[in-house]
Amino acid sequence: MKSIVFIKRVPSTTTQVRIQDGVSLDPSGVEFELNPYDDFAVEEALQQRESAGEGAVTAVSFGTADARKELLTVLAKGADEALLLESERAPAVDGATTASILADAVRGKEFDLLLFGKQAVDRDQHGVGPAVATLLGVPCISEVVEIKIEGGTVHAKREVEGGHEEVEAPLPCAITCHKGLNEPRFANLKGIMAAKKKPMETIQVEIPSPKVEVLSMEFPPERPEGRIIGEGAEAVPALVDALRNEAKVL
Amino acid sequence: MSCVLVLLETRDGQVRPTSLEALGAARDLADSSSGTVHALAVEEADLDLVALGSAGADHVHACGAEAHSADGSAATAASLARELDASVVLLAATIRGRDLLGRIAAKLDSGFAADCIEIQASDSGLECLRPVYGGKAQLRVRVTGQVAAASLRPNHFNPADRDAEALLVQASASEGSAKVLGIHAGAGDRPDVAEATIVVSGGRGLESADNWHILEDLADALPGAALGASRAVVDAGWRPHGEQVGQTGKTVSPELYFAVGISGAIQHLAGMSSSKVIVAINKDPDAPIFGHATYGIVGEASEVVPALAAEIRKVLE
Ligand SMILES: Cc1cc2nc3c(=O)[nH]c(=O)nc-3n(C[C@H](O)[C@H](O)[C@H](O)COP(=O)(O)OP(=O)(O)OC[C@H]3O[C@@H](n4cnc5c(N)ncnc54)[C@H](O)[C@@H]3O)c2cc1C
Ligand SMILES: Nc1ncnc2c1ncn2[C@@H]1O[C@H](COP(=O)(O)O)[C@@H](O)[C@H]1O
Repeated sequence: MKSIVFIKRVPSTTTQVRIQDGVSLDPSGVEFELNPYDDFAVEEALQQRESAGEGAVTAVSFGTADARKELLTVLAKGADEALLLESERAPAVDGATTASILADAVRGKEFDLLLFGKQAVDRDQHGVGPAVATLLGVPCISEVVEIKIEGGTVHAKREVEGGHEEVEAPLPCAITCHKGLNEPRFANLKGIMAAKKKPMETIQVEIPSPKVEVLSMEFPPERPEGRIIGEGAEAVPALVDALRNEAKVL
Repeated sequence: MSCVLVLLETRDGQVRPTSLEALGAARDLADSSSGTVHALAVEEADLDLVALGSAGADHVHACGAEAHSADGSAATAASLARELDASVVLLAATIRGRDLLGRIAAKLDSGFAADCIEIQASDSGLECLRPVYGGKAQLRVRVTGQVAAASLRPNHFNPADRDAEALLVQASASEGSAKVLGIHAGAGDRPDVAEATIVVSGGRGLESADNWHILEDLADALPGAALGASRAVVDAGWRPHGEQVGQTGKTVSPELYFAVGISGAIQHLAGMSSSKVIVAINKDPDAPIFGHATYGIVGEASEVVPALAAEIRKVLE
């Protein structure tokens, strides 16, 4: 099974966001990591290679030179090779443009599976995976929590509002991975040593003119100061009164 | 915005309320330049032309296709957008909507803005406000180009309220290569946590799965309320993953959110901080959730929740 897994370097979810120049995250002092959903994608690629007993896992990231660190992590977990599509401007690039850069980079390569996270936890777009698949003309199943591949067909389960869907698609196919799909492994020392010798290619990419421009980054409006109504069951009538007559939500 | 296309989401043959909100947002865009609003229903559905017209649609294109196939729906929406020369394509930011947005944009070679909480027409494109970093910041962006695609977060836009009936247009759907074999409804007939206007969520402070009946009773007292849960209780197997609210669960933005026995971890807040009114019930006065709540009661869940359900029943009678 040949997989290409798309990974992104993102700020850790516990990051305290500070805004720089009114348009972007101030990266100083921020800890970056492999996007948590991409970890499920990496694990799935490795398990599919292992259960097929053959194949390869290629990790691809569009990012700054620093994204080498996350690619190295993925190599240490067991991927065979890595490709960095490097640009210092990458963090500011919109989802549609990112998708076209990623699709161009893998077009013509041989693969059975394209694996993505369901969402990168920086811009929270949920869109790059389905967009790359569409640009490459392969079917895509999103937010997958269970997967079975048999005789060239992918059977997947995805949770949607009000229940779940069972979807079937032929290989080659794209999958965006949700929590629950698998339990991502950690890299061990042997993997970390081996990773340093694995191939990592870097290509400088030209950024086409963006399809989405950032006008500003802001903090959400402050919530009006909340108030503790009181203690225990005695406070309930005052709460219900506030919900009805002040907030007008009952 | 001369022509705005809205892709309707249907389930069990019914148009979802979130799609009516998208029609309202489309109406506002269209009215700013005396444009028209076209709606597209790919799947076979019961299309109430008065309700859709009232919410904002001028025309409703109905394909009557069998089961939803994402690539088929995206192809159908993109080709209709081309045919109509639409300048904006909108849809609800549900799980299906999010899946379709990137595909439609790719087909139209356009940009996209996901999970918008405000949109407005400008001379040089569609301006959108969207939460990023789990709601810790928001980006104001402009989707440039001939056509812009955007998904709208539930409960942030309102259907129009017009005296109008939409015109029905028969359309045909494109085939997709991924097939939906089955759609299985979740247990119970409560609304989904991501779509409800009221959410009652419980955390580890409920102390056991057996205590959930008090939250169910509170939800029963509130018409249209859904149940939610923190990750701690989903991981403990007390509640299904479909109810999890937060960074690795669903994003909700109801009018009213109850957090009962939930501490208010940053990953939980990521899924619910854009709720309009937040009520926290927690026995620890220093629980971080109180810093984000509109109203709070310090107390035992087992005492406060039943009293709350009873009081709500009393006043709603
Ligand atoms: C990568 C990552 C992703 C995550 N994603 C999510 C996510 O999507 N959603 C999510 O919720 N969490 C998520 N978490 C977990 C999160 O960090 C917290 O661990 C979790 O939200 C805690 O759940 P809780 O509030 O129910 O439990 P606790 O933190 O244990 O809080 C229980 C609360 O109940 C109160 N309490 C106890 N007894 C009573 C009582 N008798 N009556 C009233 N109050 C009582 C306590 O004072 C306390 O505040 C994630 C974590 C990580 C690392
Ligand atoms: N710059 C990038 N490089 C590689 N993969 C990416 C990049 N941006 C997004 N992706 C992939 O697309 C998924 C969804 O991202 P998004 O649509 O931005 O939420 C991520 O989980 C990654 O798998």
